Order: sequence, then structure tokens, then C-alpha cells
Amino acid sequence: MDFKSYQPDAFYDELFQGPGQPRAGAGLLVDRIEALPDGELTRRQQAAEAALMNLGITFAVYGDQQGTEKIFPFDIIPRIVEPHDWRQIESGLKQRIQALNLFLDDVYHDQKILRDKVIPEEVIRSASSFRKQCVGLKPPKGVWCHITGTDLVRDNDGQFYVLEDNLRCPSGVSYVLENRQLMKRTFPQVFEASRVRPVDDYASRLGQTLGHLAPKNLSDPTVVVLTPGVYNSAYFEHSFLAQQMGVELVEGRDLVVSDGFVMMRTTRGLARVDVIYRRIDDDFIDPLAFRDDSVLGVPGLMEVYRAGRVALANAPGTGVADDKVVYAYVPDMIKYYLNEDAILPNVPTYLCWRDKDRAHVLGHLNELVVKAANESGGYGMLIGPAASKQEQDAFAEKIQASPRNYIAQPVVSLSRAPVIVGDHFEGRHVDLRPYILYGEDIYVVPGGLTRVALRKGSLVVNSSQGGGSKDTWVIDDAPGAAGTRQQ
Amino acid sequence: MLSRVANSIYWMNRYIERAENIARFVDVVRHLVLDLPDQVSNQWESLVEATGDSEAFKKRHGEATEASVIQFLTFDRENPNSICSCLWSARENARSVREVISSEMWEQVNRSYLMVKSPQACDRVDDEPSEFFSHFKKACHLFVGITDATMTHGEGWHFGRVGRLIERADKTSRMIDVKYFVLLPRIDYVGSPYDSLQWAALLKSLSAFEMYRKQFHHISPKHVAEFLILDRQFPRSMRYCLIKAEESLHVITGSPPTTFSNHAERCVGRLRAELDYADIQETLDAGLHEYLDEFQIKLNGFGDAVYETFFALLPVPA
Repeated sequence: MDFKSYQPDAFYDELFQGPGQPRAGAGLLVDRIEALPDGELTRRQQAAEAALMNLGITFAVYGDQQGTEKIFPFDIIPRIVEPHDWRQIESGLKQRIQALNLFLDDVYHDQKILRDKVIPEEVIRSASSFRKQCVGLKPPKGVWCHITGTDLVRDNDGQFYVLEDNLRCPSGVSYVLENRQLMKRTFPQVFEASRVRPVDDYASRLGQTLGHLAPKNLSDPTVVVLTPGVYNSAYFEHSFLAQQMGVELVEGRDLVVSDGFVMMRTTRGLARVDVIYRRIDDDFIDPLAFRDDSVLGVPGLMEVYRAGRVALANAPGTGVADDKVVYAYVPDMIKYYLNEDAILPNVPTYLCWRDKDRAHVLGHLNELVVKAANESGGYGMLIGPAASKQEQDAFAEKIQASPRNYIAQPVVSLSRAPVIVGDHFEGRHVDLRPYILYGEDIYVVPGGLTRVALRKGSLVVNSSQGGGSKDTWVIDDAPGAAGTRQQ
Repeated sequence: MLSRVANSIYWMNRYIERAENIARFVDVVRHLVLDLPDQVSNQWESLVEATGDSEAFKKRHGEATEASVIQFLTFDRENPNSICSCLWSARENARSVREVISSEMWEQVNRSYLMVKSPQACDRVDDEPSEFFSHFKKACHLFVGITDATMTHGEGWHFGRVGRLIERADKTSRMIDVKYFVLLPRIDYVGSPYDSLQWAALLKSLSAFEMYRKQFHHISPKHVAEFLILDRQFPRSMRYCLIKAEESLHVITGSPPTTFSNHAERCVGRLRAELDYADIQETLDAGLHEYLDEFQIKLNGFGDAVYETFFALLPVPA
């Protein structure tokens, strides 16, 4: 299989700068792939898929009585990120997450940014993800969002934009780690020669980040991962991370509040828990504080948290900054808190509650992407150019009924990367979700999850809607990096 | 260790052991049928009756033939005691403790499940039943071997072993009963050459034939019963299972041997002591079937005690 007939078309291609012209970092990979004997690439692709099935790295198909499970589709041609691009991403994300944390701390305390009229008070007052239960909370070390998975997209001009911040319970990092393991098996030589920056220490770094949150004076704090349970679509990841960190994976029913502490039920009685990496949404985490019909959470947990006797990652309440209207103000936050210009720009965003913006959106529905302010995962969305007149009209009605709940953005023509389709390569749209840990300092995993819209022409990369993934290779250009190692 | 996690490891092992023993059951009946003269009544029907699922079987499969009973016991997902159902449960339990067991163990449970669930499995069982079941038994042995070789022999491993051994003791007792009671064609067969052949088939189905020979040389019902019930060292004998289950419980709790610190230890200690001092002739005279029945009830009591002592998520007083 070769790239001779591969067409980057009118899109920014992650591997090729023009037909038959690989980008600097991709040359070696392209050479090696083309040097493989006939059928070999297909064989390796199949081997990778079989490995995923046998390892049980699958997700349950909801509503399927047969208990059908699918692997998250994986394409073995890696996506390559060149060093200069990565430098911008890394510094941009560090800056952004710092500002977002300052914002969260501010918005649940003095609300200076509202009083200084940088963000209209109305925006926060009407944000359904603002948690009044969190007002006045003091999370350990003042950090609210310890684990973030920011969605980036790249437009035709080659510029990366931030699409979503995902400050609640971003998932997908386990696929980054598993994809990497698979790729080392699939292309060992290319891998070694390409000077790919390692991602494998994510679990230890996550463990350190969590340990850092433990109440003071504990020499050996107990850290746990809290999962909604085995039927959650991200269960594999919860289990994987607990396993890799060597900590307990608990469900709500394993935990109980007793004597002012959170305890877990063990075969030898109750044992104290100090840090909870929770993968349950705020709403379900404590029926006494949030939704009282939740059976997934731990009654009384928030009380213990407020008293500083257990740490939560992420802190509850971070969702307010995921509101897509609040998102539009992140560049202003960066200016306000850090006095810097945003290194990574936002996708330009129209806020429908502004009369002028709304008029523009309603007049250009066929050109814009409209999103509900509080949805994620590709739900509650209208992709104007692909929508029928009826769908557009339905959204116009929704927008007029509650303008606060909708934003609109120009269609970003996402960059593409080659994927294997049968016996040849075709370009498919991709995004990039790097993961950021905020513990003692801020660390961005070099790489991240490259999600691919596997349907031809589709711009939707979400796994719930036919997306797959690729390994992401961030190339190291530091002198002395792997590849120049001595014999 | 979390109670829920201990419970899942325990059941993961029980279900794997159960699935393996279903394969052994089918094996023993196939051999008994092959060795019997033609005119003898339908043994497959007796096997279904022995499982206690007769009604459900008739509803879905009709007449009891070798093929329909094998389908019922192997692939029928509506039968909670089919190999496929047991493996599904083992896998669901394994999935919920993936972070505690080794990835090799998980992979083996997963592979076994996918093997039985694959469309080819149905054809294979029809064409070459012996091949299929022996392959399947090996997959179960592989799981136990991987467990021993890759999982720390700590609390979790010991809970797993308790689960496996309770299940095994129960199934060994039931298999003896199937030969002795359920499938006994006529009283005048007892002591005939057929009878010896059948006892030998039972030993083979329990992988016990060679080990038995080393001990007793000649096949006699009394000695087979003695070997499978009372042998101290054969890993599928009922007594061996109890000795090792008790040992594991004591490792878990740290209480010294011959004492008990909870109800579960008391149950298993008492039952093991009964076997330690049993006399096979007395047992046979009093009725082997009744004896095995009672053993199963006591063993269930032990299982319940393990649950109450270690796994039950008792509400915490406010």
C-alpha cells in the first residue's frame, strides 16, 4: 500500500503538505509504510484490532440486549505533531488552565471578574452548571480542576483552536496509553527511529497529582477512583487508571460517611479514604447536596469535603466554565487574570443572547454550527451546511425561545489525516484532545487522543457517533533525544 | 480489600469452576451412555432431571437427546447454569475487578468467553464433542494456572481459591451422585462389568483415573467413593477442597489453625473434621445419596457464612 494516489485535497493534512510530499516529521513513517510488503499493513491493522478485542478494550453498545461490545475503532497510521506545533499547544494549554482555575476560584468566592464587568453577571447567574453548593468552597491548594482534556481543532490555515475545555470528567486518556502500547508492537522500528515523546508515565503523574491533594500530615494517603460502575461506557478507563496507579476502584456503594470521614467497606471493616478521583458528575456525587435521586453517589460526601477531610478531583462546580457561553470569555479571563494574550485562540463564537449576534446567527444558519450551551459529546448540535431547511427552522425556533442556551460558530474545516480504507488511504477529519494535569505544577501529556471521524466527509469525531482514534506522535527535537542514542 | 471486590473475585472463580464442571458432567454422561447396552432408558433425560431445570428444558428444547441436552448445558443463555451463562457471569465479575487481577487473567477469561460465544463453537460441539469439551477444560485450567502464576497470593487470591474449592467440592459430590443414584439403570447392574466401566468413566471425567490407580489398583465402588470423597491429597476430592478452603480462610483472617474467629471458619472446620474422621463403609451403609445430599446442604451453609462474614454490605449504624 502506498500514498501515491493519496490526495490531501483542499484541507490541512496532518501528514502531507501536498500530494506525495510528507511533512518533515512524517517522512520516515511514510517511507517505512510504503516499504512494507503487500498486505502487511492490512495484516497489522487486523492484528491490532484482534488485540483490542482480546484485551477487552471495548465499550458496551447501549440498548443492545445481546450485550454486544465493540472496540473503539483504531487506525494504525499515527498522527504526527511537529515540535513547533507542540510548543504552542503546550504553552497555550498551560496558560489557559491556569486562567480557568483562577476564574473558578473567583467565581465561587469574590466574583471580582463579574464586578469588574469583564464577564456579565447575567451569564453566570443563568448558567445551569453554576453550583451554588460550591460557593465558598476551598479546594486543597486552591486548585479546582486537576485533570482536563481540552479539545483542539486545526483549521485550513494550520492554526490550532480550542473547541471545548472539558473541565468535568474528561475521558479518553486510557486510549492514549493503550494505543501507544499497540503502536509499539505494530511499528517497533519506525517508532524507535521517530523520536516520539513518551506518554507512558501518565498514570504515575496522575497518582502524584492526586497524592498532592491529600490532607496534610498523611504519610501514606489512600487514593481511590470512584466509578459509576461496570455499565458506564467509560468503565474500562476507570478500571485501567486504578490498575495503573495501583489504587482501589470503588463504586458509591463501597463508600460511606462515618465519624466525619469517608470510609470504604473492606473485608476487615471500614478504612479511611483521603483522595477521590471521581468519575461521576457533580449532580450524582452526593444525594444530600445535589440530586437526591442519585444512587451512584455517597450521602454526606460534600460535608466531609467542605470540612477538608477528603479531597476530590476535580472539585465540584468546575462545569460552570464548560458552559459554552462562559467558554467564549476565556480569552478575556486570560487577559484579566494573567495580563497575557491567549496563545491558543478560541473558535470565534456568536452568543445568541446578544441581539446583534442572534440576528447574525438566524440569518446565517446554513453556514454555522449551532451548539447548546450545556451539552457535550456532539449532542444538541446543528451543523448548518449539512442540515435540511426543516432542521434549521427547528433550531431557529429553539434559539428564539431560549437565546441564552445557544451559541454558534463558523464551520471549522477540520484538518485531515490519512486512514486505511480497504486497500488504500483516504483523508479523514481529526481533532486532538491533549490531557493536562494540575498538581504541584502544570503538566501537559505530550500527545493526546486523536479522534477521527471515520465516515467520509463527516466532521463529527465523537465515539458515540462513529468516531475512532489514532495514536498521536509528538516528535522530540531536543538534542540527545531517542534516535541519536549510542550503540 | 473492598468487600465488593473480594466477592467478585470469589464468584469469578466459582463460575469458571462451575463451567469446567458442566463440561465434566457432559463428559461423564456421554461415556456412561456409550458403555451402556441400547435398551437402557434415556440417560440424557435423567441428567436434565439431575440439574433441576427439567421444566425450562422441556419448554425450550423438547425431547432430551444428546444434541439438545448439550445445547442446553453449553450454549443456552437462558439457562443460568449453562457454560455460556457461567462464563458470561465470570467475565462480568472479572470486569468489575480488572484493576485487582492481573491483565493475563482478564485476557484468559475474556478469550474463553469469546471462544464459547463464537458461531463456530456450536458446529464444533456437534462434530467433535470430546474435542470441544476437552479444549474448554484446558481453557479453564489455563485460567487457574495463570491465576496462580501472576496474581499475588494475598487476600484476593485466597478468596478466589475459597470460591473455586467450594464450587469444586459441590460438583464432585454431585458427579458421584449422578453415577451412583441418578443414572443407576437397574439394581442388578451393581457389581456387573458395566458397573466397573461406569465407575472408571466417572474417575476419568474427574481427571482422577490415573491417580486412583496408584492408590487402589482395582476399581471398586467403595474405593472410588473413598477416593473422591475422602482422599487428602487429590485436588478434586471433597476433603481436599475443604482442607484448602479452610487454610485460605485462616490466611485471610490470621486466626490460628484449629480455632475460629467467625462463623465461616467454624462451618468449614466442622465439615472438614467430619470428613477427616469419616469411615467409608459406614457412609455407604447409611446411604451414599443421602450422605451427599446432606454434604451439599452443609456446604451451602458454609458458602452463606462466607458471604455474611466478608461480603455483605451491612448498613452502617448512623
